[in-house]
Amino acid sequence: MKLGDLVLKVRSKNAGPFWLTVDIFCGDADRFARVSAALDTGEVARLFATPRQTLKRFDIEGLSVVKFSLPRPVIQGSREDRDMHGAQWAHLLEEIEV
Amino acid sequence: MATRVLVPSGVLGLGFDRAALARGVAARPDIIAIDGGSTDSGPYSLGAGVSKYSRAATKAEWRHLMQARAEAGVPLVIGTAGTCGTDATVDWMYAITEELAAELGESVRVARLYSSQPRDRITKALAAGEVRPLDPAPPVDAAALAEMTNIVALAGAEQIQAALATGADIVIAGRTTDTATIAALPLARGDHPGAAWHGAKIAECGALCSTNPTSGVILVDFDETGFTVEAMAESALCTPHSVSAHMLYENSDPFRLYEPGGHLDVTGARYRALDARRVRVEGSEWVPGPYTVKLEGARIAGYQTTILAILRAPRYVAAAREWTKRLHAFLQGEIANRMGLSPADYTIDFRLIGADGALGSLENRSGQPVEIGVLGIVTAATQETAAEIGKLINPFVLHYPLTEEEELPTFAFPYSPATTDRGALYEFALNHVLMLDDPMAAFRILVTEVGA
Repeated sequence: MKLGDLVLKVRSKNAGPFWLTVDIFCGDADRFARVSAALDTGEVARLFATPRQTLKRFDIEGLSVVKFSLPRPVIQGSREDRDMHGAQWAHLLEEIEV
Repeated sequence: MATRVLVPSGVLGLGFDRAALARGVAARPDIIAIDGGSTDSGPYSLGAGVSKYSRAATKAEWRHLMQARAEAGVPLVIGTAGTCGTDATVDWMYAITEELAAELGESVRVARLYSSQPRDRITKALAAGEVRPLDPAPPVDAAALAEMTNIVALAGAEQIQAALATGADIVIAGRTTDTATIAALPLARGDHPGAAWHGAKIAECGALCSTNPTSGVILVDFDETGFTVEAMAESALCTPHSVSAHMLYENSDPFRLYEPGGHLDVTGARYRALDARRVRVEGSEWVPGPYTVKLEGARIAGYQTTILAILRAPRYVAAAREWTKRLHAFLQGEIANRMGLSPADYTIDFRLIGADGALGSLENRSGQPVEIGVLGIVTAATQETAAEIGKLINPFVLHYPLTEEEELPTFAFPYSPATTDRGALYEFALNHVLMLDDPMAAFRILVTEVGA
């Protein structure tokens, strides 16, 4: 099953021009437990082509949210940037199998 | 002392529910606070020192807020005026305020808080070790600072408090943190500091912390132990989930928020529904630290010209990447022969819309689209050079064949001329903090009577 079909919503946004943050709203405790266990941080780092040690992960049980933050691969708005608001990273994550 | 703050929306220019605003005014707030900007749209606004939102939309909404202020008889504060909060956009907002005061027959005292930083000040501070990098920070030295078109420092609560202390009816602030305009008055009146910053973070995007984000208007009550948040639109509810989830928004660490003079820690925050509409929050902590203000700067990284061609022939759609690779190599030769430029002097980036336009090398899906948009972005040291390259490559982007044996194809150009000069490409060039002994040392306030 794809992550996006399991959870309520996956959202990614800039957190300032130098960071990107991705929030997985699981919807309830059961799905949170499943996602939290199934998501491999190393796999997410590979998906975002970022070093494992720079990917921050927060498993927030009270909100049923798993959150990832990473330095932007290219600074927001610089010549090589393709997505000014950073909203498409969410779709990469939605499409992984859990 | 309890403090009631009315937040009309997440940003001036995005609209708000008028009936909700009226309900907020009727609730007798102590202050009306709204944000005027963000870096979220990219470096252009800061680089050029201009507002992203239209003057007409800004003026129309500011008119309602100036009327609301007059009715409530309390200060109205806008932070990060004109999207980027440079001195130029503060004055732009001030000119709008002057016009409206005349049109509405209002007589108001206006305090302008300026956040732009003279390059000399930052250069000296850098040499003195008072500019510290955040993670990740672009390298910065005196030469890099000299290239920046605008540098601003993000004011915190102290600078807004100083502006309010002038007795201003309206405060037009340059760059501030998103939260400072909301937290300033509760902090000045001795409300709980953790609650003041946490409530400000929850309310800074307006009704985004509620079940109806576009309704805009939020009311926050701060006191000695916590804060209570309520949406003013009848259709919008604040729930423990909608409120607590907002700490995640555009925030790389959901438990910490750094502000001038310390940080907010919400690890111990408890969210409780008072009823179906209101949420009570207690337990957040303010952790004092050294007094620093964040710096933002932008520089010109070149000038751009773009061209867009659409490939519809299935053979070209299927071979689009190979086609752009061959075209790119051919164009480098043409540009060298005709203009004497080497690839170090410019870049041409061909992006395949329909294949991986948004994600580039991160894209892991593939398919056979009906058509592919080939967006060519030329970047060079001057607009003249970028435009000249654009004109030179134009016929080849239109007609370049996949193989030498075939007749020249013709792709779709959506408009004439096929090239568009974009002007300057700006880049964010600072992710640093400036250490200050006196919070006002990097800011100044100008007070004027308007419409008298």
